[in-house]
Amino acid sequence: MEISYIPLFAVLVSLAAVPFILLSGKKPNLREFWTVLAGVVKFLLVLSLLPGALEGKVVELTLFEIAPNLPLKLSVDTFGVFFALIASGLWIFTSFYSIGYMRGHGEKKQTRYYASFAICLSSTIGIAFSGNLLTFLIFYEMLTIATYPLVIHNESKEAISAGRKYLAYTLTAGLLLIAALGVTYSITGTLDFKAGGIFGDVELTKTMAVTLFMLFLGGVGVKAGIMPLHSWLPSAMAAPTPVSALLHAVAVVKSGVFAIIRVVGFVFGPDVMANFGLNEILMVIAGITIIVASLLAFNQDNLKRRLAYSTVGHLSYIVLGAAMLTPLGLTGSIMHIATHATMKITLFFCAGAIYVNLHKQNISSLNGIAKVMPWTMAAFTIGSLGLAGVPPINGFVSKWYLASGALQGDMIVPVLILIISGFLNIGYFFPIIHRAYFKKGGEELSKYGEASPFMVVPLMGTAVLSVIFGMFPDLFFHFFDMATSIASSVFNPQ
Amino acid sequence: MIGPDLPALIPFIYLAFAVLIPLAGLWKRELSYGLAVLGTGLASAFSLAGFINYLSGGETIRYLFGGWQPPIGIEFVYDGLAAFVILVINTVAFLVLIHSRHIATAEFPHKKIAYYSVTMLLMLGFNGMVLTGDLFNLYVFLEISSLSSYALIAIGEKRAAYSAFRYLIIGTVGGSLYLLGVGFLYTVTGTLNIIDMHEMLPQVLGNSAVITALVLMVIGIGIKAALFPLHGWLPDSYTFASSSSSALIAPIGTKVAAYVLLRVLLFLFGAEIINADLPITEIIGVLAGIGILFGSVMAIAQSELKKMLAYSSVSQIGYIIMGISLANPFGFIGAVLHILNHALMKACLFLVAGNLRLKEGHSNILEFDDSYRKKYPWTMAAFTTAALSMVGLPPLAGFFSKWYLALGTIDNSNWFLLAIILISSLLNAVYFFRIIEKIYLKNPAKENESTGTDIPRDEVKPSMLYPMAIMALALIAVGILNVYIVSAITTMFPAGF
Repeated sequence: MEISYIPLFAVLVSLAAVPFILLSGKKPNLREFWTVLAGVVKFLLVLSLLPGALEGKVVELTLFEIAPNLPLKLSVDTFGVFFALIASGLWIFTSFYSIGYMRGHGEKKQTRYYASFAICLSSTIGIAFSGNLLTFLIFYEMLTIATYPLVIHNESKEAISAGRKYLAYTLTAGLLLIAALGVTYSITGTLDFKAGGIFGDVELTKTMAVTLFMLFLGGVGVKAGIMPLHSWLPSAMAAPTPVSALLHAVAVVKSGVFAIIRVVGFVFGPDVMANFGLNEILMVIAGITIIVASLLAFNQDNLKRRLAYSTVGHLSYIVLGAAMLTPLGLTGSIMHIATHATMKITLFFCAGAIYVNLHKQNISSLNGIAKVMPWTMAAFTIGSLGLAGVPPINGFVSKWYLASGALQGDMIVPVLILIISGFLNIGYFFPIIHRAYFKKGGEELSKYGEASPFMVVPLMGTAVLSVIFGMFPDLFFHFFDMATSIASSVFNPQ
Repeated sequence: MIGPDLPALIPFIYLAFAVLIPLAGLWKRELSYGLAVLGTGLASAFSLAGFINYLSGGETIRYLFGGWQPPIGIEFVYDGLAAFVILVINTVAFLVLIHSRHIATAEFPHKKIAYYSVTMLLMLGFNGMVLTGDLFNLYVFLEISSLSSYALIAIGEKRAAYSAFRYLIIGTVGGSLYLLGVGFLYTVTGTLNIIDMHEMLPQVLGNSAVITALVLMVIGIGIKAALFPLHGWLPDSYTFASSSSSALIAPIGTKVAAYVLLRVLLFLFGAEIINADLPITEIIGVLAGIGILFGSVMAIAQSELKKMLAYSSVSQIGYIIMGISLANPFGFIGAVLHILNHALMKACLFLVAGNLRLKEGHSNILEFDDSYRKKYPWTMAAFTTAALSMVGLPPLAGFFSKWYLALGTIDNSNWFLLAIILISSLLNAVYFFRIIEKIYLKNPAKENESTGTDIPRDEVKPSMLYPMAIMALALIAVGILNVYIVSAITTMFPAGF
């Protein structure tokens, strides 16, 4: 156990940027400079925690007690670094992309946008580094509130009702989480995360275990988009695209699945999960979500909404992997947090670039656009093939381990679900690619060109990352090593 | 050293200022404001000194009057709980009175002297109720505070006189029931001193007079505390009273009554024997729970900000009473912490309502729009902070009262009340986000009307801004540092915890 202030700085750096962003509201370039600076510093701080995490060291910082015996505690384990690295790394891409998108689209109230975005990132890193459930809850609720101004950014009727829906879902979830925390605390006397679970020495009844698990699931499942708690996510697509890209494909929703893995592996633990059949509940929910969300995706003509349903489905891949309770399954599940992040953010970036450039948001109007936006559509193709699980893109790697994890636990149904879902993914992505490349577009397309480099470079960047990490999952950041070691820490707690 | 004795002087300070204000007002009317602020300021300073003395290891102090030993004589008992509540109510009153200057000039310019003099009497009553160790003396202070609050509420809109009269009738019934209850207890135990009676009560349990007394006292205090279904007087009184009066009475009036309930249930009777004859805490808990939901639902239905806040008070007082009814350590912590938190939140919100009434001439929620954000950025920021705290989002103060109350319900395995705490937070979110949406977002129905980017800032004067801002900041500070307050509260537990 090592004490360090780096995690605290990593959390606070974007929060510290908020006053600067607010004060330089009249000078857009300076304002965006603060965002980018905070992003880079944040990423470097997180990166500096990586070597320790790879060695399995846990860095801890206990700030002060926020309730008796419950300190505000940051504790950086491998899993936390893994998630923080993805969120903060992709924030840099999104910051540049935001500049292109928000200016290209002539959005209003950009200061509020950048400020809220920075708070969101602080909350996300806070979630990643939370050392106990109460700290987690605080950052989790902070994320809820900070995302709200981004969801309603357009202040259109649609956006406002999406905002209400978002709050209704997430605030209810927060309350269930409070109840879950209260009960856990009164049973175990602790709220710390511990690999392998904290219920080790406690006699639980089946009813108690199931109720408590459902409370937790209600609490974190909303952000994880498990059905039937998912429907805020497609509505939240009313937000500007960079928000959908980073928050509703990476930070917010991944906080949800991150929390589910925390609950499964670090609160209940595999033994308790298996003893009370909790993993089966989770698996059924995840399986249904994957299939139904993929089917619903077919129905969406709005490109962002189709991506949203695809996100719902893919989030449940992660949940499914956690529910398998096998080391390989958990490895795949954790890997999918990273791989889905790079792929889905690429797709959203593309959708936003198309929207800003051509003002098109419906799939049926995308005929022939690959000619004018070749880079964007190339990236889109990479992202969608990756999500369908085609090698050598990184989606294949995580899917492979998910499937192996199912076989490791002698389960065949999850494998079937993964295969069917792969076909469905091809089914709902292929028509988009087909239209863009092979159908003839209207005359008016000829007057457009590729989108602004501020958008194209980030989206190409994330697409290239998807391919690189597909071929070399351990390059630079050792994502695969980390995923394996997290999984083994959960199943072989010290 | 005089330090430890300062708090006992607080009621006398108020008495002196209540007389001084009309006298000075004869000479110069404007002096009344300054004197009232000075009076509450002195009281806050004294209560702070007393509280610090308590924290630094001070024992419970018993002040005997006229040298008569209790149970014959009347005494003030300055223990930790009293020290805490005294500090809260005097500080909040101090801030609210600072804020009142321009509102008084705008809303009741000719009644200033009376207003400030009566506020001193009100505070005298409240402080006396908290300090006294004698049940009959408590009734005297209760009546002083009640009579003053009828008068204060009557200073307001046209309909205020009517709602004040209604409050007077209902309030007098409440006071009388309490007195009747005290009488029954006196006939059985032969004492009026709380500590003395606490020792005698176990010997007379089962006596029907004791049960009757308990019920009468709970109903009497319940009226004063606006415990559902005895809350009927409250919404109109708070709505039609002047903004300064409601900002003064709403945050602390019902709290003091709740404090008396706490004294009677957990200190006079005590957690072990309170339910010996009658499951009284269970009944109170259920009533509080229903009141919480009822107040929240009614608050959603209101279009007048002050009335919404009034119904919200009915709901929030339910939290405190629920915490008391749990009769366990976490419930006690939650209740006492919520006395502080709710006083800060509600005072802050009522001050915002006062600001809007002064600036806009109304506080009708339906007419709020996003120009307020430009005109009153700080008022709106304070409103949002207090609102988020009311919803109970961490790390704001409101979250922690909810957290301890939730732990209290879990300790009692009372899932019904746990569910109510959670549902009520959601209802709070509904009525507060409705307003936040209006003041921060442009109205989509008025898409074509440009609210304009050139609306000049028109923030309220510093004397109105700072008290409100201090409370909003205090909500953040209390939330983050609640452990220190909670560890102080744990030293205030009644015997038997």
